[in-house]
Amino acid sequence: MFERPPVIAAWAAVGGKKESEGPLAEGFDLLIQDAAFPEEGCANWEQAESLLQQKAVEACLRKARVSPKAVDLALAGDLQAQCTASNYTMRALGIPFAGVYGACSTMAETLCLAAALTAGGMARQTLALTSSHFCAAERQFRTPLDYGAKRTPTAQWTATAAGACLLRGSGQQGVPVLSATFGRVQDYAVRDINNMGAAMMPAAASTLLRYFAATGTSPADFDAVFTGDLGEVGSALLCEQMEREGVPLPNHRDCGCLLYDGKTQDVQAGGSGPGCSAAVLGSHILPRLQAGAYRRVLFVATGALMSQTTFLQGESIPGVAHCVELGGENGI
Amino acid sequence: MNYLWAFVVGGALCVAGQLLIDYTSLSPARILTGYVVAGVVLSAAGVYKPLADFAGAGASVPLLGFGHLLAQGVRQAVDACGLPGIFTGGLTAASGGIAASLLFALGAALVSKSRDQN
Amino acid sequence: MKLDPKRYEGMVRRASPPSPVGKDCLWAFLAGGGICLLGEGLRQLFLRWYDPSMAGTLASIALIFLSAVCTALGWYQKLAARAGAGTLVPITGFANSVVSPAIEFKAEGWVTGVGARIFGIAGPVLAYGTAASAVWGALYWLLGKVG
Repeated sequence: MFERPPVIAAWAAVGGKKESEGPLAEGFDLLIQDAAFPEEGCANWEQAESLLQQKAVEACLRKARVSPKAVDLALAGDLQAQCTASNYTMRALGIPFAGVYGACSTMAETLCLAAALTAGGMARQTLALTSSHFCAAERQFRTPLDYGAKRTPTAQWTATAAGACLLRGSGQQGVPVLSATFGRVQDYAVRDINNMGAAMMPAAASTLLRYFAATGTSPADFDAVFTGDLGEVGSALLCEQMEREGVPLPNHRDCGCLLYDGKTQDVQAGGSGPGCSAAVLGSHILPRLQAGAYRRVLFVATGALMSQTTFLQGESIPGVAHCVELGGENGI
Repeated sequence: MNYLWAFVVGGALCVAGQLLIDYTSLSPARILTGYVVAGVVLSAAGVYKPLADFAGAGASVPLLGFGHLLAQGVRQAVDACGLPGIFTGGLTAASGGIAASLLFALGAALVSKSRDQN
Repeated sequence: MKLDPKRYEGMVRRASPPSPVGKDCLWAFLAGGGICLLGEGLRQLFLRWYDPSMAGTLASIALIFLSAVCTALGWYQKLAARAGAGTLVPITGFANSVVSPAIEFKAEGWVTGVGARIFGIAGPVLAYGTAASAVWGALYWLLGKVG
């Protein structure tokens, strides 16, 4: 809870071809039809993801009318091993940088940290950003892109997208960040790597329950409760569990189900990847808050914290969820 | 008739694999490995040879046929030169497929690059 | 939270949509059968010039070539997304599992990328296939000695 809430002064969302065919296409700042960036001499998918992130930062800073030099700190992360997409983005931008890993929860995690540092006066302008690239994720976590395999109906599609937010101190123009809640890691013994929504649901439920209990609020106090990347399966499970806890969530939406059209886009249970919730935040949630269509929302991004190694070793998949409370432009 | 049986038997062996995928949590890599080992076992038991004679490519093209090839090769090599045949027979018989896969793979890597699935 | 792993397992099972088995199997049957039919056609063609064993090998090699071409063009992956085991189980699936990493890991170099990863998926098939055939060979040799 921030006494003097920092604000998200500017934001940007960048996406690829599949995202451009989805229902949120209009809200994006930039949509790239060939996410291999051939015209920029890009040699591989890892570089491509880094370029995607750079485009998001550039668009965000352009909207805020600041140069990279004026930014005090950037908090960024991605799915690549050792967070290399973010590292190479920051090599190009030269902003003081701390890498953060939270898998698909990274957007909320960096927002929480950036909001806390800004509210505490440690930084005047802080960037929070993340990205994911379908191709970079496939080749690292699953199989080569040209390998023929059928996806199970519970699998989710890693978004090719990046999102960036610039935070400033309290009182300035922007969407206020009213509170930040870091989640506890939850593991309910889900072992199916093709059912991440189910693996992450308990984390989302636990963070939401803690938030409502600590603040004395209920879902009805919010225009919407957004979770990141639970997909169709995880969303159904979350609503079932919250009902059982006596805190039903009629206004629940999931970023994984919003980014794509589940009926026509062949994404199985929905979208995933850090870029998914980041892109939905930048293309859908923040614009609506700014326009006053929403006055107060919760943004709960969930992450699955396994690696290829722990999965093969038979470990179950732990999840984490971080919650950000966002208020309308003119306060509550 | 050759063609019909090749189609039906080959298709049926694939359906068996699909049922394994849908009803068990076996990954494709495990199913492939299982198919080859099963092909060796079926061939050793004397079951696969009649099927291969009957269905032609319907039995030799699925990976069970690859196992059958390995088993037959070992058997012939043991007949020809005794115990050392254990080491030389299998891969000798399968060499055409393995070498072709490797060579065409290198060729493909030379001319092609990784592409998005959109 | 009112949840324990055991109960959650049941919840997850109920919430997860099942695979459309009928549709999957139809696709697998048609695609797999089609590839075998093509293989039979090629085999009959090669039988005109070669003995049955060589004709079978050549038919396989021709299928592997076609699979490599389709993989390099990105078609095999598109077909497999529907056909499932229909494109996995035939020899073309084996070829796809060798060709696709070769293309994918070119970015990591010809030796450390392509060469090292080329059997990343097909390696276990060769390892355990060879092991099984060796076990059978030893048995067969012993049977010969006894009999």
